[in-house]
Amino acid sequence: MTLTRRDVEDMAELARLEITEEELPVYVESLSSILGFVDQLSAAATDGVEPMAHPLENQVQALRNDLVTESDHRDRYQGNAPLVAAGLYLVPKVIE
Amino acid sequence: MTVAEIGRGLRAGQFTSIEVTKHFLERIDRVNKPLNAFITVTPERAMADAKRADAVIARGEGGPLTGVPLAHKDIFCTEGVLTSCGSRMLSNFIAPYDATVVERLAAAGMVTLGKTNMDEFAMGSSSETSWYGPVRNPWDGTKVPGGSSGGSAAAVAARLAPVATGTDTGGSIRQPGALTGLTGFKPTYGRVSRYGMVAFASSLDQAGVLAQSAEDAALVLGAMAGHDARDSTSVNAPVPDYAAGLGRSMKGLRIGIIREFFGAGLEEGTGRAVRTALDGYRAMGATLVELSLPNLPLSVPTYYVVAPAECSSNLSRFDGVRFGHRCSEPRDLRDLYRRSRGEGFGAEVKRRIMTGTYVLSAGYYDAYYLKAQKVRSLINADFRRAFSEVDVLMGPTTPTPAFAIGAKVDDPITMYLNDIYTIGANLAGLPAVSIPCGLVDGLPVGLQIIGPHFAEEHLLAAAHAWQLQTDWHRKLPPMFA
Amino acid sequence: MSIEWETVIGLEIHAQLATRSKIFSGSSTAYGATPNVQANLVDLGYPGVLPVLNREAVRMAVRFGLATGATIARRSIFARKNYFYPDLPKGYQISQYERPIVEDGTVEIVLDDGAHKTVGITRAHLEEDAGKSLHEGLGKHSGIDLNRAGTPLLEIVSEPDLRSAREAIAYMKKVHTLVRYLEICDGNMQEGSFRCDANVSVRHKGRHEYGTRCEIKNLNSFRFVERAINYEVARQIGLIEGGGSVVLETRLYDPDRNETRPMRSKEEANDYRYFPDPDLLPLALDEEFIEEIRGALPELPDQKAARFVHDHGLSGYDAGVLTANRELADYYEAVAAMLGGEAKLAANWVMGDLSGFLNRDNREIGRSPVDAKRLAGLLARIIDGTISGKIAKEVFEAMWEGQSDADAIIDAKGLRQITDTSTIQRVIAGVMTANPAQLADYRSGKDKLFGFFVGQVMKATGGKANPAQVNELLREMLAG
Repeated sequence: MTLTRRDVEDMAELARLEITEEELPVYVESLSSILGFVDQLSAAATDGVEPMAHPLENQVQALRNDLVTESDHRDRYQGNAPLVAAGLYLVPKVIE
Repeated sequence: MTVAEIGRGLRAGQFTSIEVTKHFLERIDRVNKPLNAFITVTPERAMADAKRADAVIARGEGGPLTGVPLAHKDIFCTEGVLTSCGSRMLSNFIAPYDATVVERLAAAGMVTLGKTNMDEFAMGSSSETSWYGPVRNPWDGTKVPGGSSGGSAAAVAARLAPVATGTDTGGSIRQPGALTGLTGFKPTYGRVSRYGMVAFASSLDQAGVLAQSAEDAALVLGAMAGHDARDSTSVNAPVPDYAAGLGRSMKGLRIGIIREFFGAGLEEGTGRAVRTALDGYRAMGATLVELSLPNLPLSVPTYYVVAPAECSSNLSRFDGVRFGHRCSEPRDLRDLYRRSRGEGFGAEVKRRIMTGTYVLSAGYYDAYYLKAQKVRSLINADFRRAFSEVDVLMGPTTPTPAFAIGAKVDDPITMYLNDIYTIGANLAGLPAVSIPCGLVDGLPVGLQIIGPHFAEEHLLAAAHAWQLQTDWHRKLPPMFA
Repeated sequence: MSIEWETVIGLEIHAQLATRSKIFSGSSTAYGATPNVQANLVDLGYPGVLPVLNREAVRMAVRFGLATGATIARRSIFARKNYFYPDLPKGYQISQYERPIVEDGTVEIVLDDGAHKTVGITRAHLEEDAGKSLHEGLGKHSGIDLNRAGTPLLEIVSEPDLRSAREAIAYMKKVHTLVRYLEICDGNMQEGSFRCDANVSVRHKGRHEYGTRCEIKNLNSFRFVERAINYEVARQIGLIEGGGSVVLETRLYDPDRNETRPMRSKEEANDYRYFPDPDLLPLALDEEFIEEIRGALPELPDQKAARFVHDHGLSGYDAGVLTANRELADYYEAVAAMLGGEAKLAANWVMGDLSGFLNRDNREIGRSPVDAKRLAGLLARIIDGTISGKIAKEVFEAMWEGQSDADAIIDAKGLRQITDTSTIQRVIAGVMTANPAQLADYRSGKDKLFGFFVGQVMKATGGKANPAQVNELLREMLAG
């Protein structure tokens, strides 16, 4: 399984990860080998087998009562934020 | 001293929690640096916890864990304390809340010594990928302690803490437990709340302990376990008294030996130690049955599709906007994301994010992710079939003893194969424990015991039975000589 | 030779469910709070947090499914839709993909010509809303407010059954009415509780394959939906007829310029990499849960309209107008009941004067200063002849301005209808005397002057003379 540079660049873009020129071939190689490794799965006989999304096979989603249980802790939470103003989290301007 | 011994001593008034806590803090101060087991030590909090515990004990209240110190893997959110997950991305993150595990152990009166080092975002089997530098194995400073809970394992093995919490997604408690001579316990998926435990692979992650003995594991697990309404995947079932069930006899226990685990790749010395342990169980009256779990060899590739897929999504929240590392002077939104994440994450994390992105992407989802989830069903069915014939499964925890730092770090596949025996239990959500069963060239190796869902009591009893007969779990690393 | 074009439209409506708390957290969903005071750790996507599902959001989705005759999935799955945008804190939206909670429903709409059409609802699923981005006043930055992040949404997807902008509006209005009837959404488009995306394509009439569509996003008024669709249809036809082809893309409608433009960023070449959310277990609904909701369903708009036609004798059109809003229908019905069944009069007044004043003052029926009882009191005075319909309008205005009830106003202003024959005759006599020329003209055959005399009598009586009696007596007396 060999990935191309373009494959890795596309994945890096989808995942919003900056990969430098030097790093790129290293990732091409390691990702190719990982995907080559997992290709073993294609040989497994899985016709008619249900995918297992969860180890808890019979468990179903619990439902929560519709109550407001949270209060305002904005200032405490925004203590962790890299850049805030007027209570808003700031990012470089986005043009729609 | 073990957790059980400390607890008994505290309640008997032989010493105070303050004294015990001071002992461990001093030891950390002296010994931690070369091991690098701790990222953050919290002496003030520890002393405050200890003082409170002493007051409770003085009133004649409290339980077996009151006043007993512990360390938390730095993946558990601890309010007001740095919670880094071993990553530059969270190297400035002071958690605004406590994980449920942290809350419950604090409620049981335990004293928090600090946060332990780990593979970045729990992705690794050697604790070499941490932003804070690698952790060293107390048994041999040139060797890895295993991962991702290597800091917790090293801390307990070096007696910097009597017990430590860990997390296990593909073996991250059991494997370091085996490599450092500890009892590493991973409960059934859903037994312990994941709320506040930074997510790596949501359908595989479970919190557990690195302990000196099955008895200690039973005590701490009992306080950690239980339903949490904040975690939809936590199970609403009563928690048994794990400590009470420890003395069960092994007579008549049906033990399944997994044939696929004794093939090529299992280092000779490790294999011998494990077989000796199995003989020991036979001598205790257990019956051994050889079983085949034919799909188990596909565990590792299955895991390396499912876990990266889930983590690629779980780690998208790290974007430099609301918390965590943010690059300087981003030119635009895309630059903000790419550079913050590019700088914040290490190579292994980036590899897994990209692998996960790939296997979920259009055109590949069916061939990879969906396929892997189907193989997961097959592996689960293998286990279910096995447990219709036997009570527990046993085998090695790792293929080799601890390997050298730097030996595998450049070859992801070789690194991944360290988890070859442990991953299956995560895929099926089964409880599993690793207990020390020998030394190979002076390095510990472990016996793994896997049980059906919610069979924690049986695993703890089996581990305890072995620990009554042997003293592998009491052996100390050479640094104590 | 010109080819006939057919327009194909499907609408995706996002209705914010009117729960108190968010779909996956206990934060408040109240509108208009200061930025980020209603965003807790779960909403902010902090490390280690997990979603827990709100029962009421589920009930509301089921209510919608039952009201549209849809299939309620006994087991549905939440999935992650992965993409990066600052208003999406986790970097993924929890939604439903392969197994939604509701599928295969229908909605009946009435077209402009009165014809009925059945529109299919492919699916309706639960998902969480994103936050808001503010782009003005922050210099080189955009500001993110996550109060809205995590608000429950029901995404309602129609089959591409709509064939014109007018049909699309009719459908959108019907769904708007329905969600308000069901009390699952307040339908407030200005506040963003009810948003619409339109998928528009064109094809030659008679063809079965669909043309390439464009998605027009975030249309938040009926008028914008109509105009945007019309613009887009014209644009696509123009493009194809000019030799080009339509590109599959997402576009935004600009109401100031009345045009659609391709949208940048967000949706560009996005691979959402949907997969089942491992933090949420399958949502299982049993019969008991569903039947309890079915049993508590209110009378639906179509049922109510049919009842108004059948039992009250209203026209289909009137019934449709009145039932478009549940509170309005309830108001009308209360009035009609108090009048012992004078349905048409009640309907006319509710649709006419009352609605006129509500619109003028920009009020919803719930804030009408004239309640059903007082309006019924007024209409009763028309029925019993105390006042004429025309005078009633004057009284109504006074009631609206707060001057108590009909009887008090009629008395205070002396508006009682004049029904005494001799009084009217005297007035008529006076008018005849005062207008000899017109009288002579009328008597010599200018019938049209009858209206003049009616007007004069009404003027002389301040509008209070009973019109029917005036007519009768005037005819008699003018005849000589």
